[in-house]
Parts: sequence; C-alpha cells; structure tokens
Amino acid sequence: MNIITNPGKPRGFERHVTKVENVSRRNVMKGLGIAGSFVLAAPIMSRPAFAYETGAGKMPHGVVVDPKVFVAIAPDGIVTIIAHRSEMGTGVRTSLPLIVAEEMEADWNKVKVQQAHGDEVRYGNQDTDGSRSTRHYLIPMRQIGAAARTMLESAAAKRLGVPVTEVKATNHEVVHAASGRRIGFGDLAADASKEAVPAIASLKLKDPKDFRYLGKGEISIVDLHDITTGSAHYGADIRLPGMKYAVIARPPVTGGKLVSFDGADAMKVSGVEKVMEVKGWPWPSKFQPLGGVAVIARNTGAAIKGRDALKVTWDDGANAKYESVAYRAQLEDAARKPGLVLRKEGDVDSALKSADRVITGEYYAPHLAHVSMEPPVAVADVKGDKAEVWAPVQSPGGTREDVAKTLGIPEDNVTINVTLLGGGFGRKSKCDYALEAALLSKALGAPVKVQWTREDDVQHDFLHTVSAERIEAGLDKNGKVIAWRHRSVAPSIASTFAANAVHEAAFEIGMGLVDMPFEIANIQCENPEAPAHTRIGWFRSVSNIPHAFAVQSMVGELAHATGRDQKDMLLELIGSPRIIKLDSVKDLWNYGEPYDSYPIDTARLRRVVELVAEKGAWGRSVPKGHGLGIAVHRSFVSYVASIVEVAIDDKGKLTVPRVDTAIDCGTYVNPERIQSQIEGAAIMGLSLAKYGEITFKDGRVQQKNFDDFPVIRIDESPLITNVHIVPPGPDTPPSGVGEPGVPPFAPALTNAIFAATGKRIRALPIGKQLET
Amino acid sequence: MIKLKINGQEKNWDGDPNLPLLWFIRDEVGLTGTKFGCGEALCGACTVIMDKQAIRSCITSISDAADREVTTIEGLHPTGDHAVQKAWRQVNVPQCGYCQAGQIMQAAALLMDNPKPDHDQIREAMSGNICRCGCYQRIETAVHLASTGV
Repeated sequence: MNIITNPGKPRGFERHVTKVENVSRRNVMKGLGIAGSFVLAAPIMSRPAFAYETGAGKMPHGVVVDPKVFVAIAPDGIVTIIAHRSEMGTGVRTSLPLIVAEEMEADWNKVKVQQAHGDEVRYGNQDTDGSRSTRHYLIPMRQIGAAARTMLESAAAKRLGVPVTEVKATNHEVVHAASGRRIGFGDLAADASKEAVPAIASLKLKDPKDFRYLGKGEISIVDLHDITTGSAHYGADIRLPGMKYAVIARPPVTGGKLVSFDGADAMKVSGVEKVMEVKGWPWPSKFQPLGGVAVIARNTGAAIKGRDALKVTWDDGANAKYESVAYRAQLEDAARKPGLVLRKEGDVDSALKSADRVITGEYYAPHLAHVSMEPPVAVADVKGDKAEVWAPVQSPGGTREDVAKTLGIPEDNVTINVTLLGGGFGRKSKCDYALEAALLSKALGAPVKVQWTREDDVQHDFLHTVSAERIEAGLDKNGKVIAWRHRSVAPSIASTFAANAVHEAAFEIGMGLVDMPFEIANIQCENPEAPAHTRIGWFRSVSNIPHAFAVQSMVGELAHATGRDQKDMLLELIGSPRIIKLDSVKDLWNYGEPYDSYPIDTARLRRVVELVAEKGAWGRSVPKGHGLGIAVHRSFVSYVASIVEVAIDDKGKLTVPRVDTAIDCGTYVNPERIQSQIEGAAIMGLSLAKYGEITFKDGRVQQKNFDDFPVIRIDESPLITNVHIVPPGPDTPPSGVGEPGVPPFAPALTNAIFAATGKRIRALPIGKQLET
Repeated sequence: MIKLKINGQEKNWDGDPNLPLLWFIRDEVGLTGTKFGCGEALCGACTVIMDKQAIRSCITSISDAADREVTTIEGLHPTGDHAVQKAWRQVNVPQCGYCQAGQIMQAAALLMDNPKPDHDQIREAMSGNICRCGCYQRIETAVHLASTGV
C-alpha cells in the first residue's frame, strides 16, 4: 500500500443529523425549557472548588455561567446548546457544546448547536484567540451542564415523589433506579425551568471516569456533513435580497490616503453600478478601515473588473520608503547594541567576558501574511440607526463595539452574526472588513458584501512582525553554558494601536523571550527599539515564532559546538525539574493566566522532549542526505516538542519524510482535533520555514498571491506526521492547542537540515539557501 | 445569450461573456458551495467539474462554459454520499473546511480518470489545491479510502 497513514489514529464516527443552526435576532432560541436567574458575570472558578484558576474572568466581559443563556430543551427532547466562540477550524463549536452535553448527560445525537451572535454581556468574552477557548471554558461549560442536570433531576424527583438523591440523569433521561421509572429530558423541560438554580458551590461535577465524550476523540465536528456537501456557510455565502457586491482599492502604503480618482472607465464595465470613496482612518487606528475607492456591482466579478479599470492617485504618506533589505539591516544593527532590559539574573556581561568561549547566533524571521483560504469578507445591512452584520470574525464582541463606534450608533442596535471562518490565524481578530461593509451599506442604503481578493489580503494584511534575534551564549571550559543574552528586535502589535510604540508589548516578550526556561546562572533578555512601518497583527503563535526559532536554533548550535547530541544538549539546558521563578521580569504575562495554575514547569517540558524522543525514535539511523532535528517550546501554556526528519537531495531539494510531535496540553476535550491541529501546525510551520516572506519596497508589499507568497501544497507536505499526546494528570488545567504546535517546527526543521548538510539556516525562509 | 447546464439545470447569461464562471455560479445562480480563494487558478478552492474534467472556475470565463455541463459540490451526489464525500467524513478531513469543496471536486475528478491512483498520483493530482489549515495527510488518506473502500 502506498498511502502512509498515521497508525493508531482515532477516526470516524460519522453521524449525520442537522447539527447546526445559525442564529440571528430573528431566530431566537425556541423551546427554552430551562429558565432561571443563573447569571454570574464574574470569575467563577475558585481554587477550593475546582483545583485551579484561569484568567477567563479577566477577559473583557469575563465569563457567564447561565444555563438559560446556553441551553434550551424542547418538548421533543432536542437540546440546543450555544457555541459562543468562533469556529475557524479548531473544532471549538463542537467541543464547547460537547462539554455541556457531557456534564448534563445529554445524548449528543439529540443535541443541536447554535452559533451565538456577538454579545459579550450575554455570553461572556467571545475573543476566539490566544488558544484559550478550552482552557477558559472547560469548567464554566461543565458548570452550565451540571446546573441543567441538577434542575432536571430535581424536577424528576418531585414528579416521581422520591428524594432527589434517588434519581440520576443518564443519557437524556432521569432514572429512578429503585422503581425503574424514567422520564425523558423533553418531558421534564417545563418543570425543570421552574426549579431553583443551584448555587455553583453546590454543583457536583461528574467523575471523569464516567465521561462518555470528553477525552475520547470519537465525536466528529458538527459541521462535517455541511462542509463536505457545500452547504456550510462562510462569510461570503450570505446572500440578502437587493445585496450589492463591492471591492475596494486601498492605499498601497500603510498610512497613505486617497488624493483623487477617475471612475469613468470602471463605470463602463458591464455590471458595475457605482464608484465611490470609502472613508479611511489615519494610521495607526486599531482596526479601522484603510479607506480608498469602492466599486459597487451586481456581482463580485464585475466589481473586480471595474476596480481594475480605476485610475487612482494616492498620497503614500510617511511609510513610503519602507524597504525590507534596509529594515533588516536596521533591526540587526539594533540587536548588536544594548536594549531595554526585561529579565536579568546574575551578571551576564561579566559571565560572557569570563567565558571560555562565546557562541553568537543572529537570526532573522520576516513578515508573514495569514492567507487564510477565505479572504476577508463581510456583509452588512445598515438601516437608519440599526446595523446587522454577517461576517467571519474571531472577535464578535469587539466587532459589535467597533461597528457601533464607526457608525455612531448604540451597541444595542448592532447585531453581529458569526459565520464559519474559512481560516482565521489571527487575521480575523481584526474586523476592518466588517467596518468597510457597514460604511458602504450605510452610504448605499442597501445590504453590501465587501469581498477582499487574495491580492487585497496579501497587500493589506495586519502582518506578522519581522524580527532580528541575537543570542550570545557563554560556555565555561567544560562546555557548560554559564551565560545567555538574548536580544529581540521587532516592530510590535502595539504599533497598530498607538503611534510610536517601539518596544515589544508584554504579551510579545512573554512569548518565548523572557519566559525562556533554561537553567543558566546568568541570563539577560533585552528589547532594543523597532519602529513599525506597516500594520502589525497577531499571526498564529505570534512572537513565539521568531523567539523559538532563535532559542532552539542556538541549542542546535551549542550541541554542535560542544560535540553533543541535540536532545542531550536540550535536556541539559532545561536542567532540573522545577517551577521556574521569574522574579526579575516586571510584567510576566504568562498568556493571561495565573502563574500558580500555569507555571513554567520544566518537568513537563522535559517530558515532552523525552516522549517525542521515544515515540519519534530519536537517534535512529537515517539514509544519506537525511537528518533529524529536535526542538521544544512552551507557548499558550502548553508544552510541545517536535522531531523533524529532512531529506535533501544533491541539488538541495528539501523534503520532509517524517514529523513527530508530542504535546502536553493538560486536560483535553477532543484528542482527535488536537491531532488535526498539530498535523496542520507542521504544515504551517513548514510553509513559513520554507517559503514565508512578505517584503516591502517603496512602502508597498511586493507579493500578491500564492505564486509569490507560496504555502506548502500536498506534494511537499510531510509524508507522515505522528502526534503524541501526553495523558493529563488529575486536575491538570487545560491549555492551548491551536497555536503551540507551530513554534518548535521551524527550529526542529533547521536543526535537521544542519544534521543532514552541516548548513545552519539562521534566516527564514529557507528559500534557495540549500540550492547547490 | 450563453446557455449552460449547472448540476443538470439549464442556466442563461446575457451579461459580460468574460465573467468568470465562479462569480456566475456564486453570485448570479446562488450556489455558494464553490469557493473563491485566489482568482488566479493557484489554490483550487473554486474547482468544479466541467464535462468530466476538474477546472478552476475563477479563470474560466462563462463563454468557455457555453453549452457545457458543469457540476458543483452541490451536484456531486444527491444526498452528499459520493464515495469521496463519505471518505472525507470517515477520515475527519476538514478543519476550517473552506477549501474542501474544491478538494472534493478535484478528488472526484481524479477518481473518474484514475479509479486506483497511487501515492504519487494522488499527490500530483491534488497539488493544485491548497489547504492552509494543513489537512493534507488526511486528504491523501481519504482519497485512497474512496478509491479502495479500505
């Protein structure tokens, strides 16, 4: 058999029912069987009750635990559960409702999922980013389910005239074992709604050994059937009566603006109805539109053709000279000089001076575009002081706020319908495209769809930063690392919010720079200044990408310099199993999580290294031209280690025969989706390592589409990616899955390339560096 | 007037003959299963089958589809149970799902042409279809499953 599959992979369990209902304000939940005043809009996790705390309560609008908001039971027994986070491919709109169903003893076959619209007062925080949905909502969703179960049991006990202790909810009915009587959930719904809502402290959560769904990986995503039949609805699939189609010509340089335009030729294009200016905001303006010229047409193809015929004059503004070669030199120069000290242990200067030798590595990681398969798109229908939007957004609550502000109307008058996202990767945390649609709909008095083309997406993205990383490691005469200085220089996401933000924000330096986990006596982390010249935004894994690339490449360099095995070097640097104390770091972000619940635990870091080494057969002999590389990184409070095998032919052509990744993400819901996320992370890691680079000249992005910004295709993808999940300990808090798989991939790959060829890749992407 | 058949139904167009078939299908006919990804035949999200061949509808003008039979994801199988669709679900291929209609149509066309493709043939035939989520390992498994039932 030619096909390589992943052995031992849990598969399948297809079940086709209509699982998903899209909701709008016209379609509020019907058949609400459970009612009550069970609202807690505050942090609800308390350590005595649930063993750990999370940062969920500190997010905007915190957490809402309310079965009335999240669960409805119809008289026919169908249980509808709200998914309040955005589905962009992680499986979250399956896994969060699944947690509720598990805890309330609902039969998943009788559950429907309904997508929440953007309303954080009602649902709590909806920002689907930072790999935090499961870690923030495992306990709240369990509490919601447990509250619903308790109310159903109370109602059943009364109906049967028995003490509540004698009944038990089991698979969609409440059973009185002594008499064998049982009542279905649908039958109980009306009575249950009259029951008092139990206090959170009184809730009894299920014993994990009784779980039917959680941790099993046997439930497919609710959208699976719709996706395979073309009936799943993404942002562009919304069609409203009288809807107009728009594309926009935007200023090619960040901070530029429109001077004048001539739309006469555009108006001659068949199907074009109107050419008009769209309001833009000066840079930086968070997520406000760039402005430009819109072409309105009867279909998207006509609008695109019309835009091609526009004649536009732009004022390029202050970033007109942004140029990537010069900017790289500027970053590298800054990295060779002292910068803002962010972490300081011991005395790194004197330790480097007294070192037997110093190994210095300078690493470069360029801008990246997200290129989700679905380019930004949104539909808006603005009528008077009311607005309804349909859009693939990661931040439905933030989108609602921004639409209201942009139109100058109350937030209560804005409805955000969240469609499926055709990929997000952080791009769709910024709702500029929805704001464009709202502005145009208001101006035209008709529903408008704004479609970004791929060229728009590549050229007007909120790009991943560009960074120079410089690490100096001092070794004593025994080859022990005694000093470590890491300088990171990169324009910050903060520059998208405020002018003159030149330092990385706490949430960026906390991604693999100051939280570096090695046991070294003298450590200093610094951040020299870097001004931004384009819109910088979150990209899956964010600053972990450059930081992990530098740190884990240096591990490979040190292994080589001291003649040691990469894995042995890595474990020596990680050092003893311990909880790291970072007292010298002023603002330890820790992904927004309390350090007590989510400390940097080097025992867990060591464990993923050891697990991947064992399962991935580290040290196995490989054919000539092949090499193995290893890397580990903690991000989004999860621990991930990867081994990559590369094969490089005599012309320098790079292929990847095998990838092994071990992940410790604590308690988990759906291991099958963890596996898919990690498989995908290897592809994204390979894409950025091999090809990913956005460059600027004259302030303009030089790439346009998948031909000059290539991503990995199936014929270049790893032949096999094995995923090894660390089983959670009791009460291990859940941690991130969507993002932490990406950062270790590139350094594992380049360490493997070094093993195969002796060539050290210090600048990404690899591009033609291996060609001979 | 351009006439063509989409999923067995006759459709007419008397607008711009150079309109890409993709936008006719999506915006004029209203079948939204076929997706826009790049507009340059680089990603395969818009793949449909025209007279038994997979084509990129984003660069195919509607005049080139005149008097032809076009099948979109909605028309691949009346209940969505084409062997490829079933295999896709069995293997849990999709993540975000946006590229999957194009992937499925490409795979269906491959199997029409070559019912038992091997590893290299699958990778070659599917290499025009990008999945940014990175579902490739499962795509390959699913195509194989659809072709063999194993």
